[in-house]
Amino acid sequence: MHPPERKEYANSKALVRLPIPSELVVSMSQHLGAPAKPIKEKGDHVEKGEKIALASSFISADVHSPVSGTIKDIRKVTMANSVTCDAFVIEPDPQQHEAFTKKVDYQDYSKEKLLEEIKDKGIVGLGGATFPLHVKITIPAGRKVDALVINGVECEPYLTADHRLMLERTKEVLEGIMICNRILNPARTIIGIEENKKDAALALEKEIELRSLPIEVCLLRMKYPQGDEKQLINATIGREIPSGKLPLDVGAVVVNVGTTYAVYEALAYGKPLYERIVTVTGDCIAQPCNVIAPIGAKVKDLIAFAGGFSKEPDKLVSGGPMMGFAFYDEETPIAKGTSGILAITDEKDYRKSACLNCGKCVAACPIGLVPTKLYSLITHARYEEAMANHLMDCKECGCCSFSCPAHLDLVHAMKFGKRMGRKK
Amino acid sequence: MRTVSTSPHLHSGADTQRIMLYVVYALLPSCAWGVFVFGLRAALVLAVSLAAAVLTEYLLDLVSKESTLWDCSAIVTGLLVGMNMPPAISLYIPAIASVFAIAVVKWTFGGLGANWANPAMAGRVFVFFSFTSQMSTFSLPRTIKAVEVASQASPLSLVKTVASSGQSVGLTSMQILAQQGVATSSFADRVQAATGIRAYNVDAFFGNIPGCIGEVSKLLLILGGIYLLMKKVITWHIPVSFIGSFAVLTWVFGGLPLGLGFFHGEVLASILRGGLILGAFFMATDMVTSPVTHKGMLVFGCGCGAFTFLFRTFGSLPEATSVAILLMNIVTPTIDRFMKPRLFGEVKKGGAQG
Repeated sequence: MHPPERKEYANSKALVRLPIPSELVVSMSQHLGAPAKPIKEKGDHVEKGEKIALASSFISADVHSPVSGTIKDIRKVTMANSVTCDAFVIEPDPQQHEAFTKKVDYQDYSKEKLLEEIKDKGIVGLGGATFPLHVKITIPAGRKVDALVINGVECEPYLTADHRLMLERTKEVLEGIMICNRILNPARTIIGIEENKKDAALALEKEIELRSLPIEVCLLRMKYPQGDEKQLINATIGREIPSGKLPLDVGAVVVNVGTTYAVYEALAYGKPLYERIVTVTGDCIAQPCNVIAPIGAKVKDLIAFAGGFSKEPDKLVSGGPMMGFAFYDEETPIAKGTSGILAITDEKDYRKSACLNCGKCVAACPIGLVPTKLYSLITHARYEEAMANHLMDCKECGCCSFSCPAHLDLVHAMKFGKRMGRKK
Repeated sequence: MRTVSTSPHLHSGADTQRIMLYVVYALLPSCAWGVFVFGLRAALVLAVSLAAAVLTEYLLDLVSKESTLWDCSAIVTGLLVGMNMPPAISLYIPAIASVFAIAVVKWTFGGLGANWANPAMAGRVFVFFSFTSQMSTFSLPRTIKAVEVASQASPLSLVKTVASSGQSVGLTSMQILAQQGVATSSFADRVQAATGIRAYNVDAFFGNIPGCIGEVSKLLLILGGIYLLMKKVITWHIPVSFIGSFAVLTWVFGGLPLGLGFFHGEVLASILRGGLILGAFFMATDMVTSPVTHKGMLVFGCGCGAFTFLFRTFGSLPEATSVAILLMNIVTPTIDRFMKPRLFGEVKKGGAQG
């Protein structure tokens, strides 16, 4: 599958920092798993990087304030992925102090201490799935990891955040990778990068050689959805994860490059995850850019920073165009998982025809499903049969809908079918 | 206004209407050749089948309160029906075939996408069995040297008739055609003189033989097929396995009915005669009625090839391609059931994962 890349909007734009907006909305649910539990109240003053909510279960993550400021309110907010949850509304102080600029020596930290720090700094997977990192890299007794795969694929069109990060923060990314390496102690550590980011691959290789790090760079041919864990593990170390299994079952752990950078900052500066790189791009954005934005900044702030709209967009998307969520409210805040904000002209054709049985979706599915069959089962409410036909293996990567000449909402059906199937 | 929809927010641009139009473009050169060699009468036949198909679709749209004309599938069906007609046929026959194709084969099963048989193919078979003699009488193309007769059986049925009469044991089909005084074009004669390629094959390749309007020019049909491959409307799986399996079986067993023994089948001549090329590139590849997986397409194509070979070689009727494809259309859901793609991470039984 080769969707148009559209990376040229922002892939040459150096990272810039978003000025602190006048109001931040920090959600309690910006990670996979249970929402965090607030530990501050309305009216409280918080420092930059101070913990404002605690992980509430095993799979959950702490949330920190991106600024020093006052909690004006705790209210419900609807995120771009339509999840509604509690959020702190924070008014930043007019004067922001420098914080987390002093280097910490973490070289003699034990594995346990490293993991503890990662948990304490609220680090989650920044590739989009936002799985709490400390859970992912705590290997249960009796399991073995022999490959650490670093995901620098960024296969979603438009997005360039990881590309710029690898290019501009090469040393830091590698140091972050080495921290993960120390925790997991794998036989191999491999960075997977697609060919359209050759410059980043070269920069990494050069630095690896200079410091003789035990890291390999694996340049991959362009192929969507190569950034998916299953596909990436297969592409880099040639192992296929069976249906319903995890990377750990084939001895691998996948960590996104953005996450490794957050790990580096957490340990080298004690800095919690309260900001991230967001690619603000699309044909309707005046000056596409890769911006370091505090979590909780509103989409309208990011768009204004990118010069506003060059023309009225048909669609706002959080994330990439293949798997991202369309939303309409510019007041929506960004979260830890927001890799991009797209403002685009809608190219989709909504004139559906009947399914022609052409098999393009079957040829496109990277998992080997028969989307047309699943679609027909789901639209006939035969959810259990759909589950028996491996509906749960669907990654919602969008390849089927992208290829469908009848313009059927295959991914929509899969999402719906999974929901209905789980209910039973 | 902002649209909110489920991902993905990009699309490949593939489109039902465009697919149908590509098929029409791919068929047009062959139609044009048919009109050129058989005259304006052929154009009339094409026009009638096209009009009947589109009109039927329109009227049925009124009945079911839908609008499906835009998808252009009726144009493809109408054109294919016309291409499968002898040029001199009475005009009510292509009309009946088109109406049957659209109304009975497609509409009653739920319209485009729900039909189990290729409409044009089923329409052709329907009128073939209803009006067999008219459907088997062909005009001579204008490119053939003047002879007294105005019409003739197709080379395929001629050879079959002679062979089954038992008067030609040990003769190749080429020799039979020569013995029957079948004429060739002067162009083919020159090619034979210059290259040694049999004039009958040259004529069959370029379309200088009696036959259906749209199925005579193999050259233009193959070019049309290549165009569809380039436009990714079809994949190679069905045409290659169809023609390939047919060729192998013909080579091994095709000589038997002529008393030539094993491994004496005339592969090239057999491929170039009848509706095989049209069927393999344009009818068997019909998306609706062929399997969805590439593995399944290979099985489907091999089945089509094998049945075409069986019916042609040992059956009593001269034309076999359409019946073979129709038969495989019936098997398509079963093929889809068993020929599933390999699930990611699934290991073959007994195999180990590396």
